[in-house]
Amino acid sequence: MEKFIKLDTTAVPMPMENVDTDQIIPARFLKATTREGFGDNLFRDWRFDNDDHPKPDFILNNPTYQGKVLVAGKNFGCGSSREHAAWALYDYGFRVVVSSFFADIFKGNALNNGLLPVQVSPEFLHELFEAIEENAEVVLSIDLENQKISVPSKGLESDFDIHPYKKTCMLNGYDDIDYLLSITDKIKDFEKSH
Amino acid sequence: MGKTLFDKIWDAHVVTQAEGGIDVLYIDRHFIHEVTSPQAFAGLEKRSIPVFRPQQTIATADHNVPTINQHLPIQEKLSRFQVEKLTENCEKFGVELYGLGHPYQGIVHVIGPQLGITQPGMTIVCGDSHTSTHGAFGCIAFGIGTSQVEQVMATQCLLLNKPKRMRISVDGELQSGVLSKDIILYIISQLGTGGGTGYFVEYAGSTIRSLSMEARMTICNMSIEMGARGGMIAPDATTFEYVKGRQFAPQGADFEAAVQQWSELYSDEDAVFDKEYHFKAEDIMPMVTYGTNPGMGIGVKEQIPQAADSDSPKSYQKSLEYMGLHEGESLLGKAIDYVFIGSCTNSRIEDLRIVADYVKGKKKADSIKAMIVPGSKQVEAQAREEGLDKIFEAAGFQLRQPGCSACLGMNEDKVPKGKYCISTSNRNFEGRQGPGARTILASPLMAAATAIHGKIVDVREEVI
Ligand code: SF4
Repeated sequence: MEKFIKLDTTAVPMPMENVDTDQIIPARFLKATTREGFGDNLFRDWRFDNDDHPKPDFILNNPTYQGKVLVAGKNFGCGSSREHAAWALYDYGFRVVVSSFFADIFKGNALNNGLLPVQVSPEFLHELFEAIEENAEVVLSIDLENQKISVPSKGLESDFDIHPYKKTCMLNGYDDIDYLLSITDKIKDFEKSH
Repeated sequence: MGKTLFDKIWDAHVVTQAEGGIDVLYIDRHFIHEVTSPQAFAGLEKRSIPVFRPQQTIATADHNVPTINQHLPIQEKLSRFQVEKLTENCEKFGVELYGLGHPYQGIVHVIGPQLGITQPGMTIVCGDSHTSTHGAFGCIAFGIGTSQVEQVMATQCLLLNKPKRMRISVDGELQSGVLSKDIILYIISQLGTGGGTGYFVEYAGSTIRSLSMEARMTICNMSIEMGARGGMIAPDATTFEYVKGRQFAPQGADFEAAVQQWSELYSDEDAVFDKEYHFKAEDIMPMVTYGTNPGMGIGVKEQIPQAADSDSPKSYQKSLEYMGLHEGESLLGKAIDYVFIGSCTNSRIEDLRIVADYVKGKKKADSIKAMIVPGSKQVEAQAREEGLDKIFEAAGFQLRQPGCSACLGMNEDKVPKGKYCISTSNRNFEGRQGPGARTILASPLMAAATAIHGKIVDVREEVI
């Protein structure tokens, strides 16, 4: 997993709420046996029409909005547990998703893949949308070390929560599996009494 | 202070605590399938490590398999490749596979309980969010991502934050024609798709207690649709009776000893939940959904709510537009094109019996394309043994072979763009049953009645 420490970047706004993982990556694109390449089909049915032409009114097809942060409406990532959703966002180039509320499994999957979910208050989310609408070039700063997300040019700033264990993993690029493998003796002991 | 059922099982499975108070949870049973496992196996290969406890992992092919001609090679190249990869991986890593053609093959959440692999008090995971189904036996069962599939394969453990506990009680008597599917659709319509996020739910109350195991599974299955990590029901005599004698259940004296242990699995009277909800069974009508998330459900006699009353009018409007429906409209009498009876929510033998019972001696409407997809080979065999296939055939339904099928449209079983499908599955997301497909979730009885009438009817007026 890649490390995440701090990122300054422009953002892509997607105010739609309850975006489910079937939209992020439709099931028919889950037939790969590797983790790569899902970015091409990210938001497939919103991004392309039946003839595979980009739909001009979809935000990812609007050249005005670019960046490594996706700012999304509440309850982002609900539905299926497919980790392919996190892979697709990451593969497309996103490193952070900001929302006022995330579905549990998506949040866990994102953290396991170096994609940082940043949960902010509905009010702060609204301010972010406004700032981006006002100026597509506005830069967001995400500082994991200090758990702060800000828009320096607008004087906006907010703290965000992250589990201390997950924070260490993200900052250092560690996977859960490394830790679990290091305690297999404990696991074997547990099995004896289980 | 007493403990909740959830806490009892969770605490018994904590191996140790990692940094920051995160728990290392031991997993008793792990189910895998072709779609979310290949990258996990590849991870093990990359690290050159084996599956830690291969006997505790069970594989099946279900998500993208065809539902006809399963004896022939899978036509679609990518699906075939994925299923072959699963076979190859299972052989290499020593994992038991119930692949296509095996008498135990079927949807992962149907076969676990049916074979007695799922037992009270266990922790069960699978790379599929509807793993919550197994909670009906008094298990902690939940869906995980592929990285976690790899973790379980490598160590039989997961690193997890303990969720909060919620209890949802339903008391009273259901109206005739109202099934457990209606109960859960009703609950989700009340709590919303995010209402359970961060929680593990226990379903309780006299209505829940009175349900069969299969009906309980339908309820637990859809817990994820309100954002909950999982749902569970305390095991009781109904549970023990169901588990008894199944292939992989403890037998004889072992079974009696297990029942003794399982009988301890309930929430203590003074246990405290972080959140509680109470519902009355009498308030529940046959349900239908009108939008593009499972929380957008109404009683069949009700009208589609106004956008202004929703907490996000824009998303709400977009959803209605996709469905081709309007505020204030009623779905009663709405003409439907497709009927799908299947999925891990409603594809068990009881569901098929309910449908057969209703359609017996009737004929489906000409305008309807109807598909019945059993949850497993065993369900299929049982249905044939009971002659249900003959009843379906006479009524114009096709009984197909087991798999996830039109629940998620990974195989050929799709609903065309713009067409309405009344479906017994669990998700009505945009494009879930095929690009542009319009899904209306309902119970098997509502689906059967729709097939016969060609439009949505109130089954309460039919079954009394
Ligand atoms: S039937 Fe549908 S919900 Fe159930 S496991 Fe298959 S795809 Fe998932």
